[in-house]
Amino acid sequence: MGYVRPRMGALAVVAALAVVPGWARAAEAAPGATPKAPAAKATRPEAKPVLVQAEAPPFSEGIYPCSACHAGMPKNGTRRELVFHDEQQSIFDHGADQRWCLDCHDLQNRDVLRLANGAPVPFTESYRLCGQCHGDKYRDWRVGVHGKRVGHWNGEKTYFLCVNCHNPHSPRFKGVQEIVSGGKKTVAPTLTYLKPEPRPKRPEEQRR
Amino acid sequence: MTPNKSLPVVTDADAPPASPRDGVDPIGDGPLDPARRAFLRTAAAGTAVAALASCSSGVDMEDFLRKHFKELSPDELKKVLAKVEKRNQERFGKKTTVSAKGPQPGVEYGYGLDISRCVGCRRCVYACVKENNQSRTEPQIHWIQVLEMDKEHGVDLAHADLYYEADAVPRPGKFYFPVQCQQCRNPPCVKACPTQATWKEQDGIVVIDYDWCIGCRCCMSACPYGARHFNWATPNLPAEELNPDQHYLGNRPRPKGVVEKCTFCIQRVREGRYTACVEVCPVGARKFGNLLDPESEIRKVMETKRVFVFKEELATHPQFYYFYAT
Ligand code: SF4
Ligand code: SF4
Repeated sequence: MGYVRPRMGALAVVAALAVVPGWARAAEAAPGATPKAPAAKATRPEAKPVLVQAEAPPFSEGIYPCSACHAGMPKNGTRRELVFHDEQQSIFDHGADQRWCLDCHDLQNRDVLRLANGAPVPFTESYRLCGQCHGDKYRDWRVGVHGKRVGHWNGEKTYFLCVNCHNPHSPRFKGVQEIVSGGKKTVAPTLTYLKPEPRPKRPEEQRR
Repeated sequence: MTPNKSLPVVTDADAPPASPRDGVDPIGDGPLDPARRAFLRTAAAGTAVAALASCSSGVDMEDFLRKHFKELSPDELKKVLAKVEKRNQERFGKKTTVSAKGPQPGVEYGYGLDISRCVGCRRCVYACVKENNQSRTEPQIHWIQVLEMDKEHGVDLAHADLYYEADAVPRPGKFYFPVQCQQCRNPPCVKACPTQATWKEQDGIVVIDYDWCIGCRCCMSACPYGARHFNWATPNLPAEELNPDQHYLGNRPRPKGVVEKCTFCIQRVREGRYTACVEVCPVGARKFGNLLDPESEIRKVMETKRVFVFKEELATHPQFYYFYAT
């Protein structure tokens, strides 16, 4: 795993989020979004499908909380090469000419991300950060057109976060793998492309 | 369904024996009175049934004389299901549950496949095999076929490769086009079937009663999507890999010599779950839901994306939609 995610802190927040319908949360996260008319809901007898957020992929060992190291370090906002975070820098391919760490990571509080307007965002709501630039994908994701959902088509379903499929430091989709972290199953991006499953047998290879 | 005059109908006696009783119009429009039943009714008293039953050991007289699935009373249905469970037990030594759960009112399934996402990894193919108890080898049966096509040519079957092998997908210059049963609203296979072993359910799923199918393969030749698969030998399905959650019209183990097909995982979707291929697809290229629910994912796809159906010119009106999300 080339990039990192929070461990226990994140798990607690995810657990808390799990009971809130993601749909509602995602809608409230987008300031421009028109709130869903309650009247439209009333015409449908069945309850609104419950959306459950999938476990975020884990951070690399010993990385989170970032403040554990950064608290004692001077704050330096100048764009430069970072030797310690080389594993991120070596794969960094996310508009590298225009962007660097502090465009998404907060200089004041290392344990959160930051939006373009400076507002802090917890790691568990990183989709708000992604959605700033990828508005079309964000809109599609909120209604289930982009990204993956599992569970029930007419009931509770689990949706995956941007970071379950895209490594934020090298976001081009290559593949995903199932991993178990802290006893919980989740999905995380890979850095190598997927190998397809075996091809079907040709008719002449089948015994009849 | 109204009989479509443009489709050939086998009625004359010199045509290959598609139905057990030649000369019977195989297309019934109203309530079911399939040719097979008519045949059995006339033959029941005579020796024909005995001859039939004795010539193939797998045939059970009770199965042979039972009514069409759609005409079974709840009691009869129970018996039929118990029988399938018993057969499973004998064949695999495993307890199975076979449901016959019907369509939900107000539900019409729609399937979306995002061609701009599919990477051609074939995870869906094997998830389907596992979920639906398909034969693993000899015969190998896949209900989903992933075609690799050239971006240069677009959706063009002349340049499609079903047998691509690669170390990594997607391959440069290629895109992938999975094909499975399109659950047509105007299904040629249903019209072609001389015994009404196959039909379209209220929620849109085209099903086969595998006990009713005579393996004539008329439906296979009628299907323009190659979505029906004939098993030439008894499906090779290891007992430890048997999926015990079954539906009578879906993933129950098939006997030898019938036509099989995708049923949108009827055993899962009628319980509200996503299909196996939707769940496994690593890129989320596959979407599924109720077309009648304006909030469903499939409706959002229909309303906001460029959607098309495969071989539109044939007017089969699939319930399976391809789309480009980007
Ligand atoms: S699993 Fe998804 S990405 Fe892979 S071939 Fe099937 S549809 Fe395409
Ligand atoms: S092979 Fe096809 S057409 Fe023939 S009986 Fe079976 S379902 Fe009907």
